[in-house]
Parts: sequence; C-alpha cells; structure tokens
Amino acid sequence: MQFKSQAVAKPYFIAAIGLFVGQILFGLILGLQYVLGDFLFPAIPFNVARMVHTNLLIVWLLFGFMGGAYYMIPEESETELFSPKLALALFWIFLVAGAATIVGYLAVPYATLAELTGNSIIETMGREFLEQPLPTKLGIVVVALGFLFNLTMTMLKGKKTAISMVLMIGLWGLAVFFLFSFYNPVNVVLDKFFWWWTVHLWVEGVWELILGSFLAFVLIKTTGVDREVIEKWLYVIVTLTLISGIIGTGHHYFWIGTPEYWQWWGSIFSALEPIPFFGMTVFAFNMVNRRRREHPNKAAVLWALGTGVMAFLGAGVWGFLHTLAPVNYYTHGSQITAAHGHMAFYGAYAMVNLMMISYAMPILRGRAANSNKSQVLEMWSFWLMTTAIVFITLFLTAAGILQVWLQRVSDTPLPFMVAQDKIALFYWMREWAGVVFLIGLILYIVSFFVGGKEEKTA
Amino acid sequence: MSGAFTKSMARNIFYGGTVFFFLLFLALSFDTHSQLPKRDMRANITPQIAEGKKLWEVNNCIGCHTLMGEGAYFAPELGNVIVRYGDEGVKAFIQSRPKEGIPGRRSMPQFNFTDEQLNAIVAFLKHVNSINDANWPPNDQG
Repeated sequence: MQFKSQAVAKPYFIAAIGLFVGQILFGLILGLQYVLGDFLFPAIPFNVARMVHTNLLIVWLLFGFMGGAYYMIPEESETELFSPKLALALFWIFLVAGAATIVGYLAVPYATLAELTGNSIIETMGREFLEQPLPTKLGIVVVALGFLFNLTMTMLKGKKTAISMVLMIGLWGLAVFFLFSFYNPVNVVLDKFFWWWTVHLWVEGVWELILGSFLAFVLIKTTGVDREVIEKWLYVIVTLTLISGIIGTGHHYFWIGTPEYWQWWGSIFSALEPIPFFGMTVFAFNMVNRRRREHPNKAAVLWALGTGVMAFLGAGVWGFLHTLAPVNYYTHGSQITAAHGHMAFYGAYAMVNLMMISYAMPILRGRAANSNKSQVLEMWSFWLMTTAIVFITLFLTAAGILQVWLQRVSDTPLPFMVAQDKIALFYWMREWAGVVFLIGLILYIVSFFVGGKEEKTA
Repeated sequence: MSGAFTKSMARNIFYGGTVFFFLLFLALSFDTHSQLPKRDMRANITPQIAEGKKLWEVNNCIGCHTLMGEGAYFAPELGNVIVRYGDEGVKAFIQSRPKEGIPGRRSMPQFNFTDEQLNAIVAFLKHVNSINDANWPPNDQG
C-alpha cells in the first residue's frame, strides 16, 4: 500500500465480513419462519430476527463504507490519514455499540429494551430499519462525525480529486440525513414522510455516490484508464442519480396520506432511476474493455463488473417493475417489494463493498493480488452468491405476483394468511436458494485462507 | 465521451442539477405540508392515540406487519384492520394469542397488554384508518 495509515481499513473490512455472516444466518432463520411459522418461537420471534437481519446489513455496509473510505482517501489525497488512532478508536466504539445493540435485541423483549435505553427521552425506536435504541443512534452520530472529521482533515491537507469529493459528499449526506431518524412526531403521516428522508435519500441518493466513487476508484486502479475519462463518467452518473433519485422519493408518497400529485412526480422521476444504474454497468464494462494494463487481481474486476450489472437489475429493473403508481397500488407492501429489496441491496451495496474488500485486502496483506487458487475460489463464491440472489429474487417475485393476484386483484380476495399458505412452495424454494447463498459466503471466507503462489508485492 | 464535453462541464452540471432538484423537492415538501392537515386528521389526535402509537413502536409491530403498506410482509396489513375485525375483534385477537404460539403456524407474541393499552392501540389503528391515503389498500383484505 502507498500510505501506511491505509492499514486502518483492515479491521473495518474484517468486521464487515463477520457481520455479513450474521446477517445471512438470520436471513435463513427468517426464511424458515416464513414456512415453519413457529420456528424458534417464542425465543426469537420474526420481528426480532428481522430487526437483527436488517440492522446487521446496515451496520456491515457502514463498516464496509468506512473501511473503503479510510483506504481510498489517503491514496486519493496522496497523504497519510489525519489520525489513524481516531479511526481505530471509532472502530472499537462502533463495533461494541453494534454488538451490544444486537445482543439487546436478542436478550430482552423490545419493549423492555426501549425502557432500559431511555426511549421515553426521545421516542425514536420501533420504526423499520431505525429500530436502534437511543444510545446506539447517538453512537452512530458520534462515530460518523469523528469519521467525517478525520477524512475531511485528511483531504484538506492533500489533493482533492473528483472521486474523493463525490465520496465525501455521499458520506456527509449519509450523516446529515441520518439526523431525521431523531424526528418522530405523533402524527404518523409526518413520521413516515420524514422517515423516508433517511431511508430513501440514503439508498437511492447519497449511498449511490459512495457506490459510484468506490467503483471509479477500483476501475482507475485495475484498468489504468485515464483519470480524466473516469471522473467525467462519475460526474455524469452521480448527476443522473440525484436528479432522478431526489424527487424519486415521491414513489414512497403514493399511499401514506400525502397529496395525490406525488403519484405523478414519484412515477416519472423514479422511472428515470434505472438510467444511472445502467450508466454504471456501461461504465464498468467500457473501462474494463479499454484497459491499458492487466491487473493481477481478476476477482476485484469481476466484482466491479458484477456490481454494475446486479445494481442495474436489482435497483433499476426490479425497482421500475413496481414503481409506477397504478402498478404500485396493487404491489405496495407485498413480496414484490421484498424481491426488489434483496437484489438491490446485494447488487448495489453488498457487491460494491465486496469489490472494495477484494481489491484492497490483498494489498493490505502485502501483495498486489491473491494467489490464483484463492482468486478462483473467490470467483466461485461470486457466482454462487450472485446466482443465489437472482433465484431468491425470482422466487419472491413469483410469490409476490401470486400474492397480489390472490389477495388484491381477484374478484374474491383471500385473507392475507390464506394467500400466504397458497404460495408456500415459493418460500421453500427461496429458502433453498438462501442455503446456496450461505455456501457461497463460506467459500468467500475460505478464499482468504487459501495459500498458493502469491502475486508480487504491491 | 470526449471532445467538447469536459470534466469541468460535467462537474458543474452535477452541482447545479443537484441543487436545483433538491430545491424543487423542498418546494414540493412545503406544499405537501400545507395540504397535510386536511388529509392526516391531525386535529383528531388525542393523548390516547399518541399512547397507541407509542405502544405500536415499542413493541416493534412493524417488524411483522405493514401499516399503510410499509413494514414487514410476514403478517397482515393493519392500516385497515379495524375494517376487517372491528374494535372488539382487534382487542380479542391480541388478547387471545397463546404464549407458546400456535404449533406450525406464524404466531404473534402475547404482549400482556392492559385494557387501557388495548384501547390505546385500537384508537391509534382507527386513527390510521381515517387518514386519506388515496384509497389504499385496494380491498379490505389489505
């Protein structure tokens, strides 16, 4: 590696992978509860397992983003990190806070946790994805501010490239929009309205800047294509992201008590949201085709191409599938939403983190790339996990179409649970695809421990 | 992309476009806020409804159910559950959940709510049902 302070990224990456494993194990529990309703009941009810599954996802992605940023910013700024000590201290604070939160979810009933952690001081808990107790939420703010301070100071004393500017805007946006998680009015419509300012403006806004920036960084490193070209692409992609995605928030304002005009604004702008993702796919393939060097890390290049394609399919195509208001009237809050969520998060954010880890980890371990044997295994894990998520998405989509038909479109609509029983076959197939995903993930971890002849030192 | 379209042009479009569309989003949000009082029935919110919302949150109901279509997809939509079961039906259902669940079935935990708490939950769900949400869900099954 070029700067020794980049090494602080390593614990972040390791923690990210560890939490990723936890996320997948709880995903398998949830999938089983869909078909064997009383599985682990009442020890781990569905709502608790789901909270663990989604919160672990968010936390491991944040670990990945932070690790990636700590790796990238010194190299882009061409200077050592402002304070490696701060970065390590924040790592431990975040890991302990995250682990304590998960233990809290599992150890005591949620209402007790709320009472113990002072939810009555500022009532922020019990809203999807933002279930964290107040101390955890405050901890996230402290860690985010320390992290941003560290990186901003690093950038100020070094070079300011387009790639690092886009990343910093994405990360600052992430911190700013998280503040809306502290606003929970009694009026449920207002509550939902601003809840989306965190959730939507994260995943369909500022997080895409982080994604684009990481992708651009790895493409520069692995293809050797001229920075001017890559940065111009990056600006075009993030422009398209924000001009479609900000007003695209409107696709969440169709049925929650907000005025009907959002059906037009939301439909039109979110119909444009696949364009930046398509741009990312074209960008990745184009740069790799025009490469000026053969980088020994083939696995990282595969993740880079993969995240472009899968983000386009999951976020772009599967998002468009149900984003137009007349369609969404029937599909809103069904398994179609779940199908989209799984492929979008994997394709866009899980894969971009795995790409960054794939590129940076060998260098952090003192080599340009892993041995051929290790890379082959990593590529197997890529294909297993990616194929598994495609099938999870297809099965949930089939379940969703049937659910919508049986429960909402048919002349004799069935009650929710009756419809669920009729589509159980698809939930079983989804669970088996989930097992394949876990096998892929195990191979991924094994690939870190496979030796063989390594590529020359970085 | 080469020739006349330079990186600095791309950068300016990025900053300009972002600021423009964010301001447009803010303008739409302000307009929404002026219209909301007619739709979200805020004038009817009582301390009991507020208590019901709190109970909804601290028991993480959204972890299984949807409310106006948002939440988890494991258990039925509750924005219109009052239409399906009525006040007493909702209370009776919540009260009668077996502590150990129902063998082989998706089960709702037994929360041991007091009558006062049950009334608050029903008041909250009735309030949500009264919100003008553009006629969603498509039918009473949710």
